[in-house]
Amino acid sequence: MAAGAASGGSATTDTYASARNILLLPSWVVLGIFVLAPVLMMLIYSFLTKEFRGGVIWEFSLAAYDQFFFDRGLFGDDPAKIEWTYITIFWRSIWQAGAATILSLAIGFPTAYFIATRDEAVRPIWVFLITIPYWVNLLIRTVSMKFLLRDEGPMNDFLMNIGLIDSPIHIINTNFAVQLGLFYSYLPFMVLPIYAAVERYNFSMSEAAADLYATKWVTLRRIVLPAIKPGVIAGCILVFVPSLGSFLAPDLLGGAKNFMIGSLIEEQFKGNAGNWPFGAAASMILLSMVLIILMITARQQAKAEKAEG
Amino acid sequence: MPAELLEKFTAETGIEVTMDTYDSNESMLASLKAGALGTYDVAVPGDYMVSIMAGEGMLDTIADGELANKGNIAPEWADPSFDPGRKSSIPYQWGSTSFSVNTAAYSGEINDTSILFDPPAELSGKINMLDSQGGVMAQASLHLGMAQCETNRDMLKGLNAMLQEAKQHWASFNSDTAKEVMVSGDADVGMIYDGFAAKARAEKETLKYAFPSQGYVVWMDNVVLLKDAPNRENALKFMDFLLEPENIAAVSNYARYGHGVTGASEHLDPELATLPESNPPAGAGQGVFIEVCDEQTQAVYDQIWTNLKK
Repeated sequence: MAAGAASGGSATTDTYASARNILLLPSWVVLGIFVLAPVLMMLIYSFLTKEFRGGVIWEFSLAAYDQFFFDRGLFGDDPAKIEWTYITIFWRSIWQAGAATILSLAIGFPTAYFIATRDEAVRPIWVFLITIPYWVNLLIRTVSMKFLLRDEGPMNDFLMNIGLIDSPIHIINTNFAVQLGLFYSYLPFMVLPIYAAVERYNFSMSEAAADLYATKWVTLRRIVLPAIKPGVIAGCILVFVPSLGSFLAPDLLGGAKNFMIGSLIEEQFKGNAGNWPFGAAASMILLSMVLIILMITARQQAKAEKAEG
Repeated sequence: MPAELLEKFTAETGIEVTMDTYDSNESMLASLKAGALGTYDVAVPGDYMVSIMAGEGMLDTIADGELANKGNIAPEWADPSFDPGRKSSIPYQWGSTSFSVNTAAYSGEINDTSILFDPPAELSGKINMLDSQGGVMAQASLHLGMAQCETNRDMLKGLNAMLQEAKQHWASFNSDTAKEVMVSGDADVGMIYDGFAAKARAEKETLKYAFPSQGYVVWMDNVVLLKDAPNRENALKFMDFLLEPENIAAVSNYARYGHGVTGASEHLDPELATLPESNPPAGAGQGVFIEVCDEQTQAVYDQIWTNLKK
């Protein structure tokens, strides 16, 4: 376990080496019961035969993955074609989550930068203010958002009263409403890691850059951003991954007219379809996708750190 | 279920009741399948779910004479298609699932399923559907005049095409906020349960509940005796309790839905008897239960639903 070494960590001796296994045991047990076992169960279920109206029959079957990738028509007996339905649903979710991540980054980065450059004494207050809305349950915040945004809601009333618009802006039940909802739900996950990174950033480097006639833009791009990159990447992952599986915002703000990954999977267990293996297979495909994304970013980060020495 | 009623049961019998709630029949079934069977004594599934649970072997049989108040079940609910002879269930609440229309936005005839599936221009884009496969499919089948478990391929293709076309006029699929979207004006037409429709009308009086001439969906929730009930005796006492006219009337007064017990009507709020949402006008179509299809037929309906929401 050379966790410290990769990031050029400082600990060279492990004070607790002798007791390590015992001290780690609780973590392993928790991880084993709450992470590994459910994932393993999901993996197994995805290769079982579906039972009508939920449940599984303990017989090996590839039907769930076949359903995901091959289209056999309404009645299941047409020649197999590539199934675009689920790929479309996955792509829609990725696109929505990506848009929400970019939106969060655009607002979250300046916010974090602003907080980190305040006087040290008031920074905790700003961070505290960021977290206040998140003391309220996510469902309530999402429903409130719907109240605010609707055609006859306060936002449109206000804009019409001040004469900025003549007719309501139609936002509710659109993709933009979903992105807005996801952005709002997960914004602190973007702000906080970036804030932590900017706070550690040594601003004398920016001054040095300015002394060497770097413009503000060049300083940001060549000096600040590379230094705080780990915080930005962490923020993006923390917003993107939960957005990908979210179904509250799509259902309430987007009108649930189209499946997202989260609602598609939910429907397999709670809806009429009752197709557990297919729900498990879709979850496994989602999980694999997220793992691949995380592995690529981890590898690139490791490469970048190696290059820097 | 009103909390006072459970307290009354505890006071009368000394039996403590633990109640868990589910957001749909399907999630209750999923939970029971995932291992909760044997931990609950009774459950309250809807009509079609009673036959599904019976088919899954999840229900226990109530022997003759075990329920003292079985005779209180109203004759029209004593032998329903989903549980012939009431072998494992008693009636709880019933009502209909149709749709409400904002008559301020549309003044034409509303007792017609075209309002949902082929709407006039002024209602297009202002329609909320229930996010429920069973409800939407049953209403769509009534609209096309086809069976709920149709096997004729051309008719099924027609249903698929009709829904794809109709979806362009729909704004959203929301079940939890079915009432709220109507009251707020997000939608001018919304599929809704009759009890919710009555509450919505109380908040916005231009809302009118439709009884389409093509027919509409009727549902009945039932209390069933679960297999392997840990407290079977107490479960039967609870069922007897709910068959007392006074008690079931308390549920109706609270939930604003119909009951299925002889003599309970005397204990109802007088306004429930004249509620427009529970009294179909002349010319209303027939109320039908959602039907349970076999696996092969259901697979086609699942595919149509996925097509609709992809």
